Amino acid sequence: MMDFGFSLSPSSTINLDKADLSLLRKVRALEPDVDICMACGSCTASCTAGPFTGMSVRKVINDLQRGRATEIGKMVSGCMLCGKCTMVCPRGINTRHLILSLWRVYDKEAAR
Amino acid sequence: MKENVVIIGGGIAGMEAAKQLLALGYCPILVEKEAQLGGHVAQWNRLFPDMTPASEVVDGIREGLGGANIFLDTEISFINKLKDGYSVMLSNGVNVVCRAVLLATGFHLFDARKKEEYGYGIYNQVITNRDLEHWFNGAPDERIGGRDLSKVGFVHCVGSRDVKAGNAQCSKVCCITAIKQAIELKEKFPEAEIYCFYMDLRLFGKKYEDFYIRAQRDYGIHFLRGRVSEVSEDISGCVCVKAEDTLSGKPVKITLDLLVLMAGMVSNPGVGQIASTISLGTDSDGFLKSRDNIYGIIESERRGIFYAGACTGTKTVPETLAEARSAALAIHNYLSSSGL
Repeated sequence: MMDFGFSLSPSSTINLDKADLSLLRKVRALEPDVDICMACGSCTASCTAGPFTGMSVRKVINDLQRGRATEIGKMVSGCMLCGKCTMVCPRGINTRHLILSLWRVYDKEAAR
Repeated sequence: MKENVVIIGGGIAGMEAAKQLLALGYCPILVEKEAQLGGHVAQWNRLFPDMTPASEVVDGIREGLGGANIFLDTEISFINKLKDGYSVMLSNGVNVVCRAVLLATGFHLFDARKKEEYGYGIYNQVITNRDLEHWFNGAPDERIGGRDLSKVGFVHCVGSRDVKAGNAQCSKVCCITAIKQAIELKEKFPEAEIYCFYMDLRLFGKKYEDFYIRAQRDYGIHFLRGRVSEVSEDISGCVCVKAEDTLSGKPVKITLDLLVLMAGMVSNPGVGQIASTISLGTDSDGFLKSRDNIYGIIESERRGIFYAGACTGTKTVPETLAEARSAALAIHNYLSSSGL
C-alpha cells in the first residue's frame, strides 16, 4: 500500500450487532452470577494487584458483556486470587470463582 | 346536612380522598374532566413491584364511592374566594359553595415528540411506555404486535432530568417501570435481547432492587449506562441507536426492532388557570407549591385548599394513595376546627 504519511485509526465504537458473546456464555454456564453485576467498582477498588497489573473485575465483566475479549486474558492473568473482591461485592458475586472459571475456559481452549 | 367538599380530579388521588371523606361523614363532589374515573392508572395494565392489575386498584377504590357526587366530562369554569370558603362553578352549570377544596389534578405524561432525536412520531419502531402499557392492556398496536421482536431497547429519562426539555426533575417511577415492562416483554418474546439505556438506575422503593436483580439474573436483560444520543431508521426497517457506553468509555451502537421511550411525568398544564384564579403558587419544578415540602405537602398556602397526589410532584401509586388519605384527614381537621 502506498504510504501517504498518515494512517486511519479503526473506529472505537462498540457495535453490539456484531458483538461475540460466546465467551460470556461459557463463563455464565460456570458462574451464572456474572449477570447480576451492577458495575459499582468495589472489586476493582479493593484489588491489590490491579494498580500494578491492570486487573479489574468490573472491566472484565463489562468486556465480557460487550464481547470485547482482547484484554480479558491479560487482565485475569494479573490476578493473584486473593479473594478480596469477593468479600466486598455487594451483590454477593463469587468474583474469585468467576476469574477461576475464565481461566478454565481459556485452559480448555488452549488445550484444543 | 353533610358538608360539601369539592375534589378536582377523578384519578386515584381524588377517588381515594372522596372515599375517605365519605367515611368521615362529608359530601365529596368529585369533578373529572374525562368520561371515566381512574386517570392514568386506569389506562395502565399492571403495577410494580407485585404485578398487581391496575384495574384491581381502581375498582377497589371505586367500590367505596357509593353516595359520592361524581361529575364526569366536567371541568372547573371558575373558583371564587368567599369570606369563609370558595364558590366553585362547574362547566355543567352546577355551582358548589364549600369551605374546603382538594386539588388532585395529577400530572401529564411528557410528550416524547419533543425529543425529536429519539424519533417518536417519526419512526414506526419507536413507541412510549404508555403505548406499550396500552398494548399489554389488549389495545392493538401494529408497531408492536404481529411480528417477532428479536432486539428491543428501553430509553430511560425521556423528558426527565432534562433541563433543556424544561423538566429538571426525576420522574421517579420510570426506572422501575422500564424494568417491569422489559420483564413483561421478555415473557412475551423469550428469544428477544432487551437493552435498557440508563443514566442512573434510581430504584428507591420497596422491592425495586429485587426487581432489578431478577431482570438481570432471571431474564437476562442488559443494562447499558449512557443516554441515547440519536435514533435513525435503517434500510431494513429497524432503528439504529447510538449512545456512549460510559462504563467502557466508548461509543456504542445497536440495531433494534423496537425502541420504548420512558416518557416522564410533567406538571399538568391544565391546572394553571385554576391555580391563578385562587393565587396558588407553583414550585421551582413547575408542580403546585405546597405550604411545606416536609410536613405540609398536602396543604397549599391558601386556607381551605388542599393537595393530593402528583399535582405537587412525581409520585408512585402508594404514595398518592397515602397522600389522599392524609389530605382527607387534614380536611376533616380543618373543617372541624374552623367551626360553624
